[in-house]
Amino acid sequence: MDWTIVSFLAADAVQSGTIYALLALSLVLVFAVTRVILVPLGELLVFAPLTYVFFLPSGVSGLELHGQIPGTAWLSSFLLLVWAVLDRANPSRVARLVVLALLVLGLAWVGARGVAPWLGWILAVLVVLPIGPASYRLFFQPAQNASVLTYLIIAVGLHFAYQGLGLVFFGPEQYRLPPILSGQTNLGMVPINNQAFLVYGFALLTMLGLYLFFTRSLYGKALRACAVNRYGARLLGISPAQAGYVAFGIATLIVTVSGMLLAPLISPAYFQGFLFGLKGFVAGILGGLVSYPLAVLGALAVGGFEQWAGYVSSPFKDALVFALLLPVLLWRSLRSHEIGEEE
Amino acid sequence: MLMLELTDFSVRYGAVEAVRGLSLEVAEGEAITLIGPNGAGKSSTLKGILGLERSKGVVRYRGQELKKRTPEALAELGLVLVPEKRELFSSMEVEDNLLLGAFTRFRRGEKGLKEDLERVYTLFPRLRERRRQLAGTMSGGEQQMLAIGRALMAKPKLLLLDEPSLGLAPLIVAEIFRILGGLKSQGVTILVVEQNARMALRLADRGYVLEAGELVMQGQASELLHDPRVIESYLGIRAREEMR
Repeated sequence: MDWTIVSFLAADAVQSGTIYALLALSLVLVFAVTRVILVPLGELLVFAPLTYVFFLPSGVSGLELHGQIPGTAWLSSFLLLVWAVLDRANPSRVARLVVLALLVLGLAWVGARGVAPWLGWILAVLVVLPIGPASYRLFFQPAQNASVLTYLIIAVGLHFAYQGLGLVFFGPEQYRLPPILSGQTNLGMVPINNQAFLVYGFALLTMLGLYLFFTRSLYGKALRACAVNRYGARLLGISPAQAGYVAFGIATLIVTVSGMLLAPLISPAYFQGFLFGLKGFVAGILGGLVSYPLAVLGALAVGGFEQWAGYVSSPFKDALVFALLLPVLLWRSLRSHEIGEEE
Repeated sequence: MLMLELTDFSVRYGAVEAVRGLSLEVAEGEAITLIGPNGAGKSSTLKGILGLERSKGVVRYRGQELKKRTPEALAELGLVLVPEKRELFSSMEVEDNLLLGAFTRFRRGEKGLKEDLERVYTLFPRLRERRRQLAGTMSGGEQQMLAIGRALMAKPKLLLLDEPSLGLAPLIVAEIFRILGGLKSQGVTILVVEQNARMALRLADRGYVLEAGELVMQGQASELLHDPRVIESYLGIRAREEMR
């Protein structure tokens, strides 16, 4: 292994590590506030760019979709309507949810009729975004005060459901998407896609944004308070349920935008989300699913390890990354008791 | 105006009825105490009021019957509990804990949070010294002060306290009750549940005595303080201890 190879591997490691970092941050955020290990975040990551395919002019996407509304819009809208039924005791919320459900369909309809790519880009994010908080209301909120394990089982089930729906909505093929920034820049001798810089920029922005939100804004502090002491937060009028919506919403936003920025680099397909989600999870575990900075470092470590493993033995790349979990879990279980089952 | 009115109030823990047929009133500006031995159902009463335990009977708050009760909804209405275990945000700074006390007011866009923070710091100078410290690193007494200060930041119309003296040294208990007395004279309505009957009755206007889930006595705090049965059951041992 010489320096040329190392620098190429490092460039790839940083790219995948950044995506894992974004997923790990979202996972830690959701876990801290709600105790849910949100496995299906990976699916949401690919849902957004796959939805975007439907909003692209056929000259760009190379597909004849004839103004078809993407399945994710139906899903998003359906989940919002079920949410409205569940919250039927609160008429004003029902009204808002119904309007939102119609709005999602409307936006998807507009997008599918053909819009400028930048507008389609935003519409794709907006259409997929409600799936996150709605999933919380429909699938996790009814299991209030369940154990971490119960939540995990629900999350894994949801992952299979969303992955299957992804196949139904988008078929098995990979799609090519146009980058926002085309071309490459040479850093030393390593060419880096300009689109990748957008991913890095967004990752830095996300970290800075989360940091400011959690340390400067009282809303962010309230979210932390819910994570630290649910009962204490409730006594002060901070509702853990609302905190859950906010956490799911922020995580979904981070993940969908990440997916949109990443898509031109990976040519997304329905099945790709899971591996991203799982590696983000491994990264989060390195920080015990409680520490944001450690999750980011863990993500970069996972990215680096993955490139090295791919170089040494490419068929075992993923297996080696997941094998990383074993020593980490062993080490963590020996030295910490942070993740308890208690409130 | 009556701040809180319980009528024929019962609380259940599974098969056990922890409180039976309790009726209780707290008028505006009053300090009321609910005393009784360990396991008498005092804390269960508070949990039942907040909707944390299943309860029967009528709960009226400021004249309105509250049927479905959750702690967050009651906090929004100005009914705030300082819980037995304080339930602080231990890995967050003292000042953040206090500011979060005012969360519902902040969300409503109310002004004057800075001034209220100052007021709490004046009340508890210790908290000002430690404003940047993590709440979990403070002593038990300081944590209790923070729990009370945090509840005050919500500008409660009715302040509920569950065993504020629990696990604290006598000097600190005295200080806490001195501060509660100060709050009472500022017009804060207080319902305090206590095992330390002497302290609680000195603070309160009226008292209720709970035993094995049932109301056994009620009356003016000054009378209860001199009632032979109360002295025998709740003050006697302590009185003897103090003689030594």
